[in-house]
Amino acid sequence: MPEAPARHVPSLPSADWMSPLPPATRLAFQGGLAARAAAARVFPLPDAQAVCQARCDGDRAGLWLGPDECLLLAPATTGAAALLEALRSAIGTAAHSLVDVSHRQVGLEIRGPQAERILNGACPLDLSLEQFPVGRCTRTVLAKAEIVLWRTQAQHFRVEIWRSFAAYAAALLQEIARDYVV
Amino acid sequence: MSRWRTATGGRVDRTRTLAFRFDGTRYEGLAGDTLASALLANGVHLVGRSFKYHRPRGILTAGAEEPSALVTVRRDSARVTPDLRATQLELYEGLDALSLNRWPSLERDVGRINDWLSPLFPAGFYYKTFMWPKSAWKSLYEPVIRRAAGLGVAPTEPDPDRYAQCYAHCDVLVVGAGPAGLAAALAAADQGARVLICDEQSEFGGSLLADRHATIDGGPAAAWVAHAVADLAANPRVVCLPRTTAFGYFPHNLIGLAERLTDHLAAPAPHAARERLWQVRARSVVLATGAVERPLVFPGNDRPGVMLAGAGRTYLNRYGVRVGARVVLVTATDAGYEAAIDLHDAGVEIAGIADLRTAASGELPAAARAAGIEVTASATVLGTSGNRRVAGITIAQISSAGSSAARRTLACDAVLMSGGFTPSVHLFSQSRGTLRWSDDHQAFLPDRSAERERSAGACRGVVDLAETIADGLTAGAESAPSRTATARRIVATRPRSSDGGHLGAVPLASGASQKSFVDWQHDVTIKDLAIATREGFRSIEHVKRFTTTGMATDQGKTSNLNALAIVARAIDAPIPRVGLTTFRMPYTPTTFGTFAGPSRGDLFDPVRRTPIHDWAAAAGAVFEDVGMWKRARYFPQPGEDMHAAVARECRAVRSSCGLFDASTLGKIEVVGPGAAEFLERLYVNSWANLGVGRCRYGILCREDGFITDDGVVARLAADRFHVTTTTGGAPRVLAMMEDYRQTEWPDLEVWLTSTTEAWAVIAVQGPNARDVLRGCVEGIDLEASAFPHMSVAAARICGVEGMVMRVSFTGELGYELNVPADYGLEIWKAVHAAGAAHGGITCYGTETMHVLRAEKGYIIVGQDTDGTVTPVDAGLSWAVGRKKPDFVGRRSLQRQSMQAPDRKQLVGLRARDGRTLLDEGAQVADRPNQQPPMQLIGHVTSSYESAVLGSPIALAMVAGGRARIGQTLYVPMPGGDVEVDVVSPVFYDPKGERINA
Repeated sequence: MPEAPARHVPSLPSADWMSPLPPATRLAFQGGLAARAAAARVFPLPDAQAVCQARCDGDRAGLWLGPDECLLLAPATTGAAALLEALRSAIGTAAHSLVDVSHRQVGLEIRGPQAERILNGACPLDLSLEQFPVGRCTRTVLAKAEIVLWRTQAQHFRVEIWRSFAAYAAALLQEIARDYVV
Repeated sequence: MSRWRTATGGRVDRTRTLAFRFDGTRYEGLAGDTLASALLANGVHLVGRSFKYHRPRGILTAGAEEPSALVTVRRDSARVTPDLRATQLELYEGLDALSLNRWPSLERDVGRINDWLSPLFPAGFYYKTFMWPKSAWKSLYEPVIRRAAGLGVAPTEPDPDRYAQCYAHCDVLVVGAGPAGLAAALAAADQGARVLICDEQSEFGGSLLADRHATIDGGPAAAWVAHAVADLAANPRVVCLPRTTAFGYFPHNLIGLAERLTDHLAAPAPHAARERLWQVRARSVVLATGAVERPLVFPGNDRPGVMLAGAGRTYLNRYGVRVGARVVLVTATDAGYEAAIDLHDAGVEIAGIADLRTAASGELPAAARAAGIEVTASATVLGTSGNRRVAGITIAQISSAGSSAARRTLACDAVLMSGGFTPSVHLFSQSRGTLRWSDDHQAFLPDRSAERERSAGACRGVVDLAETIADGLTAGAESAPSRTATARRIVATRPRSSDGGHLGAVPLASGASQKSFVDWQHDVTIKDLAIATREGFRSIEHVKRFTTTGMATDQGKTSNLNALAIVARAIDAPIPRVGLTTFRMPYTPTTFGTFAGPSRGDLFDPVRRTPIHDWAAAAGAVFEDVGMWKRARYFPQPGEDMHAAVARECRAVRSSCGLFDASTLGKIEVVGPGAAEFLERLYVNSWANLGVGRCRYGILCREDGFITDDGVVARLAADRFHVTTTTGGAPRVLAMMEDYRQTEWPDLEVWLTSTTEAWAVIAVQGPNARDVLRGCVEGIDLEASAFPHMSVAAARICGVEGMVMRVSFTGELGYELNVPADYGLEIWKAVHAAGAAHGGITCYGTETMHVLRAEKGYIIVGQDTDGTVTPVDAGLSWAVGRKKPDFVGRRSLQRQSMQAPDRKQLVGLRARDGRTLLDEGAQVADRPNQQPPMQLIGHVTSSYESAVLGSPIALAMVAGGRARIGQTLYVPMPGGDVEVDVVSPVFYDPKGERINA
C-alpha cells in the first residue's frame, strides 16, 4: 500500500504585506451551550456571548462565528483526527456537530501599516483599531468572496478563505495594494 | 500676459505657464486655472454648439453646475472623455480639449440650420412626427436622429486606466468644504470625531476662494481657509478629500464619493489609478453643498459672453481673469452687484446695471452707485446682439402700466446675470429627505431628514457668512458622537448680499423674437414650456418629459426652478403644486470605470478551479464554465474535435474505465441528533430507513413542488449525513437548508457545514473500475457482495484517510473517491497510473458525463427541469416518500392540477431515421406539417449522439408523455419536421445490470 502522497495547497503569491499561511488543522464546531462549554475544556473556545471574539491558547485558536458556531484553528501537526477525538470525548453526549474542514480553506496573512487600507479596498467593514480591535474575528466578504477575517495583531490580519476563491482574493488584494505599497 | 488676465491677484501661479490646445489651437494658461478660466484669459468665449439648435455657446458658470461649456478631453486614442465641464477641468501642460456638437468646425457649424428651422422643431416634435409610418422608425428615423443627437462621442477602445475602490467609515462625513463645511469639519474634529470631508474642487474653501470682502477671525477669508485646512490636515482623525464628488446618497448613510486622482496631472505615473470610488458609511452626515446661482431667463441669454455674476466674480478673484472689458450686469439680487463692484475695481468698465427690482437699497447696490455705476431699476432685457460673442444688450424700464420704456442698447462684450440662489438639495433629496417650499427664500429647502443627516449653510437657505459658519459649527459639533470640548467660535463679517431674487422669465420675454433659454444643455426655451402647458401638462414631471427640460447630464442645476416658475405662472398655480422633479444619483456624471473598479478581466468574478485543474489543463482539457467553476468538458487527443473526443471517452467508460473530476459537486455535512428528521422534512425522499453506510438519490423541491436540486445523500452515521448537490446549486441549497433550519424548525438539533471544497472527488467509472481501485483503496472489500451499489465507507485511499462512495452517474460500476482536497492531485495521478496498469483508463469531461447519464435517463436539474417540473413529471415518483406526513413541496404536489395526466413528462425520443440529432430546445408536435399557430405539446431538453447505441438520443418533456410511449411524434426543425418515436427515457441497460456489477 502506498505512502501518503505529497500535499498541494493552492499556490498563492507573497509580498511584503501578504503571505499564504502553512496548512492548518481546521474544525467547524456547532452546538449548544453544553457542548460548547464541554469543548472549551480541551480547546480555547470563546464564550457564546463573546461576539466576534477569537480566543487563543498558544498556537490554537477558537473563532466565534455565531452563538452556536466556532471555527477551530490549530497547526497541521495537531492532526484533525486526534483533535476530533479529544473534543468528542470531552463533549460526550451533548448535541453538536464537528466537521473537519482543514482542506476546505486556506489562510492568508495580511500585515503592515497598509494592511487595513488594503483590506478595505474590498471589505466593507470598519477595520479601524477602535472598531475592529485585536482579537476581533468575523465572517465577511472580500469583494465577491466570503471570508473569515481575524485581527491577530494591530497590523496583522488572518484571512480564512475557501481554497478555490483564494487565488481571486490574493490577486484582488495585490491589485488594490498597487495604490498603497510600492 | 493677455489683456484679459489681471496683473496680480487670484490663486493662479503666475510663474508657471501651461500650454494647452482647444480645437487644435494652442493657448497658454497658468497653473491653477481651469480650462474655462484659461480660455477666458485668452478671450475665448465661444466653446461649443448647443444640443438641439447648434447655437454658439459660451461659459455660463464657474463650477459643477455648468450646462453649456462641455468639452472632450483627449490624452491618447483610448483616453478620450466626452462631456466634461470646462469649468471643472484643471489645466495641465498639454491638455488637449475639443468642443462638442459641431461640424465641420466650431466657428462654421452646419447644424446651426436647426436654429433657423427651429419653428419646425417645437417641444414634442419627435414624439409627434416620427410616429408614421411605423416601419420607418427602425430603418430611417432612429438612425438619423441618433447620429444627429447626443453630445460628444464615446471612445471605442477599451479603457486602459486603472480604477480603485475602497470602503471607509467615519463619525461625521462632511460634504462640501466651503465656509459651512469647513466649520462643521473643524467643530466635529474638535469633539474628537473621526471626520471625512470632501469637496469636488481642487482645493477646499468653496465660495471663500473668490471672496474679496469677507473677514474671518480678523483676517482675509483665504487666510482663514488655509489655516482651517492645515488644522484638518494635521489631525490624524480627519481625512481630507479634494477633487472628490459626493455623487450618491444611499440608504443607511452610505455615501458614494468619486475621487479624481490623475485627471489634473500632465503625466500621471504609468499605473496610477485614475479615480477611486469611496463607499463611505457615516455615522452622521453634514451636507454643506452650498447653492447654485440662477440665470435670468431673457431673450438672447445664451449668447457666449453671457454668464452668471458669481462666475464672473470667481473668474476675476480666483483666477485673475476679466471676463470682459465692458460689462453689463442684469440682476435681481444684491449679490450681483458684488461682481460689478469687483470688476469695476479691477479696471473693467461697467456699462450699466439693469436691476429687475423696483428698488435696491442694500449695502452693495449703494456701493455700486457710489462707484459711479449707472443703475436702471424696474428693468428688463429685450434682447442681445453679437454673433459668436455678445456685443450688445437692449434693456428697458418697465413702466407702471407694464410696458417697456426708456429702451436702450448698451454695447458690451460680456453680460453678467444674477437671478438668485438655488440651494443644492440634490444629496438631501437622494437621501429621501423631504423638501418644503419656502416663500421667504423662494426655494425648496430641506425639511425632514430621513437619515442621520443635517444640512448646513447655503444648501438650507442660510446665506449670511457669519450665520453660515455658525450653522456649520453647530452641525459639526452636534454630529460628533460625544461633545466634551468647548465649542469653537469663529467671527466673520461680510457685506450683506442675500437680498433679492427672481424666478422665471423676465418681464416681456415671451413676446420677444429672440429665444429665452431656460435649460442651456437641452436647449429648452420659455416657448417650449408654454407649448407643454398648452398641451395640457400640469405636473413638472410631465412637462419635463415632454420638453426634456432638466433631463440633461446637468440634471437642470441651473434651470429647474426657472422652469418650475414659468410653468406655475402659465397655469396659475403655486410652485409647490407644480412639484419638483426627483433628484437621482449621480450628482455629476461619474465614469463607468469608477463603478467597475478592479472588477474587470480576471478579477471580474472569482474563477474557481479544482485541485486537479492544472493536471487537466496540461492534459489538453477544454474547459467550460459551470457557475464560477472551470470544469473539464472533454480531453481531445491530437486531431480530435469535441464529437470525436466525446465518442471515444463514452466508449471507454462503457467498455473499460473512465476517470472524472467531480470535485465541484456541492457537499453539505448535515450533523446532529435531528439530522435524519431534518432531511425527512426537507427532501421528498424517506431517510429514516436509510442505513448507516448506505446512499440514496435525493430530490429537493421548493414549496411549489417543483424540483430545485438533486444529489446523492450518504448516511455516515446515525446522526451524520453527507449530502451532495449540483455544482451550481450548492450555495442555493445550503442557504435554503439554513433558512428552514433557523426559521422553520428551530426544534431540531441539527447543523450544516459546507464541505464542498474540503474534498476532492475522483469518479472512477466503468466495468474495470473495481480492478483499477483494488490497489488504491485500503479498508474496504470492494466486491459487489460486500460493497454494493449505493454504499459508502471510510477508507484509506492511496495512503490518505478518505471516503469511498459506490455511486454512478454513468450507469456503469462506479466509485467516487472523496479525498482531502490538498491530496486530490496526487491521488488523481495515482489512480490514473493504476488505471494504465489495468488495461487503460480514460479521462472524461462533463460533456461525456452528460451523454452517459442521458443514455440512462438521469436528469440534470436545470437542463431537463426548468423550475416547473415535479418529481412525478420527471419520472421520479419512486423516490417520493409516500408515507411521510410532510416535506417541502408536498402540499403543492397534492393539488389536483399537479397530478393532471397531461402535464409534461420526461420521455425519450429517437429519430425514426436513426440519424438526425434533434436540437435541444426544439418543440414537439403530435401532428406533422402544421401551420402557425401550431399546437405544440413539449420540448427537447437533452440531445446527444450516443456512441454505444450508434444513433442520436434525446430526452424531452412531453404532455402526457408516458402514455405516448410507442407513439410517433414530430419535432419541427429548420429542415422540416423530424419523425420521432417516443420511448422510455432509459436508453441503455434498462435493467441496471451494469451498475450493480
